[in-house]
Amino acid sequence: MTHYDVAIVGAGPAGMSSAIEISQAGFTALLLDDQPAPGGQIYRSIENAHTDRLDILGPDYAEGKRLVAEFRSSSTTYIPNATVWNVSRDLTLAYTREGVSHGISADALIVASGAIERPTPMPGWTLPGVMTVGALQILLKAHGLLADAVVLVGSGPLIWLLAAQMIKAGAKPSAIVETLPLSHYFKALPKLRFNRPAFSYLKKGLLMMRSVKAAGVPVFLGAQGVAIEGSSRAEAVSFEIRGRMHRLPAETVALHQGIVPNQQITRLLHCDHRWSESQRSFLPVSDCFGETSVANLYIAGDGAGIGGAKVAAMQGRLAALRILEKASAVQNTATSELLAEIEKEISIRPFLEELYLPSAEIRDPKENTIVCRCEEITAGEVRASLASGVPGPNQIKSLLRTGMGPCQGRFCGLALSEIAAQYLGKTPASVGYYRIRAPLKPLRLTELANMGEAEVPQAPVKQELQK
Amino acid sequence: MIATADLLIVGGGLHGCSAALNAAIRGLSVIVLEKDTVGRHASGVNGGGVRRLGRHLAEIPISNRSMEIWRRINELVDDDCGFQPAPQIRVIEHEQDLEAQSQRSAEVRALGFYHEVMLDQQELRSYLPAVAPHCVGALASLDDGFALPFRTTFAFKRKAQQLGVQFYEETIALTITREGQGWKVSCAGGQSFSGRYLLNSAGAWAGEFARQAGDKAPVEAVAPMMLVTQRMPHFCDAVVGAAGRPLSFKQMPNGTVVVGGGTRGKAFPESNITEMSFNELRRSAQTAIDIFPIMSKANVVRSWSGIEALMPDRVPVIGPSSREENLFHAFGFSEHGFQMAPAVGEIMAELIANGTTDAAIEPFSIARFG
Ligand SMILES: Cc1cc2nc3c(=O)[nH]c(=O)nc-3n(C[C@H](O)[C@H](O)[C@H](O)COP(=O)(O)OP(=O)(O)OC[C@H]3O[C@@H](n4cnc5c(N)ncnc54)[C@H](O)[C@@H]3O)c2cc1C
Ligand SMILES: Cc1cc2nc3c(=O)[nH]c(=O)nc-3n(C[C@H](O)[C@H](O)[C@H](O)COP(=O)(O)OP(=O)(O)OC[C@H]3O[C@@H](n4cnc5c(N)ncnc54)[C@H](O)[C@@H]3O)c2cc1C
Repeated sequence: MTHYDVAIVGAGPAGMSSAIEISQAGFTALLLDDQPAPGGQIYRSIENAHTDRLDILGPDYAEGKRLVAEFRSSSTTYIPNATVWNVSRDLTLAYTREGVSHGISADALIVASGAIERPTPMPGWTLPGVMTVGALQILLKAHGLLADAVVLVGSGPLIWLLAAQMIKAGAKPSAIVETLPLSHYFKALPKLRFNRPAFSYLKKGLLMMRSVKAAGVPVFLGAQGVAIEGSSRAEAVSFEIRGRMHRLPAETVALHQGIVPNQQITRLLHCDHRWSESQRSFLPVSDCFGETSVANLYIAGDGAGIGGAKVAAMQGRLAALRILEKASAVQNTATSELLAEIEKEISIRPFLEELYLPSAEIRDPKENTIVCRCEEITAGEVRASLASGVPGPNQIKSLLRTGMGPCQGRFCGLALSEIAAQYLGKTPASVGYYRIRAPLKPLRLTELANMGEAEVPQAPVKQELQK
Repeated sequence: MIATADLLIVGGGLHGCSAALNAAIRGLSVIVLEKDTVGRHASGVNGGGVRRLGRHLAEIPISNRSMEIWRRINELVDDDCGFQPAPQIRVIEHEQDLEAQSQRSAEVRALGFYHEVMLDQQELRSYLPAVAPHCVGALASLDDGFALPFRTTFAFKRKAQQLGVQFYEETIALTITREGQGWKVSCAGGQSFSGRYLLNSAGAWAGEFARQAGDKAPVEAVAPMMLVTQRMPHFCDAVVGAAGRPLSFKQMPNGTVVVGGGTRGKAFPESNITEMSFNELRRSAQTAIDIFPIMSKANVVRSWSGIEALMPDRVPVIGPSSREENLFHAFGFSEHGFQMAPAVGEIMAELIANGTTDAAIEPFSIARFG
């Protein structure tokens, strides 16, 4: 088993920034990421993006070029296409790459595995032709692909960003259906802090919205009772606005309800988690440097709580500096500067969180809406098991098999905690979340059986990879 | 606050629930104390094997009695518990192992039990068409089965509740003390309970309560591991083990395949945490592939383990305390207690309500540890 001073999971802004910092200090850093190239969600496929695609995706996307280049030139051992499927509390981990599993160990681990999209259970969301806004954006970033007759449904900045990107690419969406209750705008305004970062976020957002309107994309605000209709695939989106029914034909429906931390690794390790009422999600508990309740295990970036790419990069550096500080027992003044900068940068969050708080309808789906896609379990079945005395998500899982499929609960975990909390009149914190088990992604049984030999990758991994 | 009942039970696993239900049927008032939630540990997460095959000879009568209850489990708890009758087959891979297995079956027959039979290669293949060609025969118990562990435990709890049993979940028993003829259990947070009889069915944590009563019980907390695959085309109707290497293997009605047996991770009973050891679990993976070549196409979606009580002689403790009156133990089921729970609950209820049972429980006495 190869040993590193620091192992990092995730090659987004957080992971790359920590790797740069660690390797600059002369420590050995390993970075594992399941994508073919560095960048994470925001800077996905950035190295192959030509100027026209850079133009489509905007200046924030282009900013990633510099970071990726710096990361590439660092002495980090970077292993792409590597999915981490197990992490143990002694900071050994197992990953699979090209059908073979390997094990490594480290003195410290930085989890920079980013965010996932919030589950969006609603009638018809499992029909072919329905995807998430994030998945559609991935097609655009990675392949320049665009779908036809797309209706974007839900809420959150990413919807507007994707709409603006699609317009630039010459394939404007046929409509945006925003599910935000209009009252959110009024509730959010008082939370706005006027400083430079907030101003620049707001300006960006308003420009995006303006470009969408200027392109003539119909925008429906305050939609309720949204359902996707279709017999064998998505054909239309229906909804209601102030008592009036609407029905929009659609070939592709892209759903979005904001993003939430990807908790798979910190849950697997039994780190403490807390419920954030404002983000309506669980967050791993950590100190200001990102160290979790498991010693030497750090969390940075959107996985620690949604803060965006800039905050992610700073948190990545911060975790790295903290690890270096501890290893060398020398205090570093950069850490306190970073902390202050992060503080400023996140001052927009209370406004965004209040504005984009998922509506009650999303959190408490209708009886026959499927919640667990893998096992096809409806909200009604979940409530019936609660009515029979089952206390929470893990017992519902044992009884109904929710969250037991290949997605490991990524598509239903939060929805289930919300439904259970709502039904029992408790908080999501008290009903809890699924216990997460390895492998984090499905793994060939033969791969597990063959692990013995392969687990000891004695050859220097780096050479093998720098082709 | 002090609550009282005829019988206090520490531990809301399947054994605690089964004893509670059976005691309630016999007219006792019962309180069950569970530190987490009912079925949170071994009882809710086990492999679900309802197996008589290959049991310690002393366990056979109880296991048979339990089997009778499993076959009409619906009548007892108003839920079929996902019970499926199925053969349990221990596959023999090497000629030289045939002799030992057929001796085992003879030994069982000599005691007057006829459920363990030898299968030749052809018979084995008729039960398991997908078995690897090198397998030469099997020892089998054709009328065994499997069930859904959490659903079973929950069904026992629900039925017990309907008969008036009170469950206190998230209630951690700390100390047990004598109170006249009876017992007092003091719990974290200051709650206490009193009752004439006390049953210790605290699974991997039961050793502490035995110790407090002066009984010796070297319980070890272990973490048996399992894994489950994505759905596969239907190919196996039996629960399969192997002679000579550990395996527990079955395909569920939904097509997923559950593999476990013999491998252990790390158990941390003080924090409820278990940690997988994939280095160990890969042996189960290899055995499954060797015996069913089709498994080389399988994808693992999840692995898990639970905290289980292991006794040094791999045989449970069932019966009264050897030191104190009105105290009873049922724990230490050593990785095979799911099948036995329906009968053991009945036996404990008989012992407590009537002061006697006709079940042969002497081999399970706690006194064997001194
Ligand atoms: C679908 C989606 C699209 C987004 N698009 C944008 C956008 O266009 N603009 C914007 O400003 N923000 C976007 N965001 C928000 C974005 O998450 C952050 O701004 C930023 O990317 C966070 O950086 P990070 O380093 O924390 O994580 P990420 O950038 O998400 O990087 C995490 C990386 O870890 C990898 N990973 C996760 N689990 C494992 C594992 N088990 N093994 C190996 N690798 C793993 C992921 O594949 C990913 O490459 C998006 C978020 C999502 C979920
Ligand atoms: C992964 C796995 C697979 C298995 N496969 C099989 C199989 O296929 N077939 C089979 O027959 N058996 C199997 N077993 C074994 C079987 O699950 C156990 O023998 C059986 O469930 C034991 O039941 P129990 O009620 O004694 O223990 P448990 O289910 O552990 O219940 C004991 C309960 O006591 C509670 N408790 C402990 N201390 C306190 C306290 N201080 N205060 C209050 N409550 C307390 C615990 O929280 C726990 O819920 C398996 C076990 C595991 C872990």
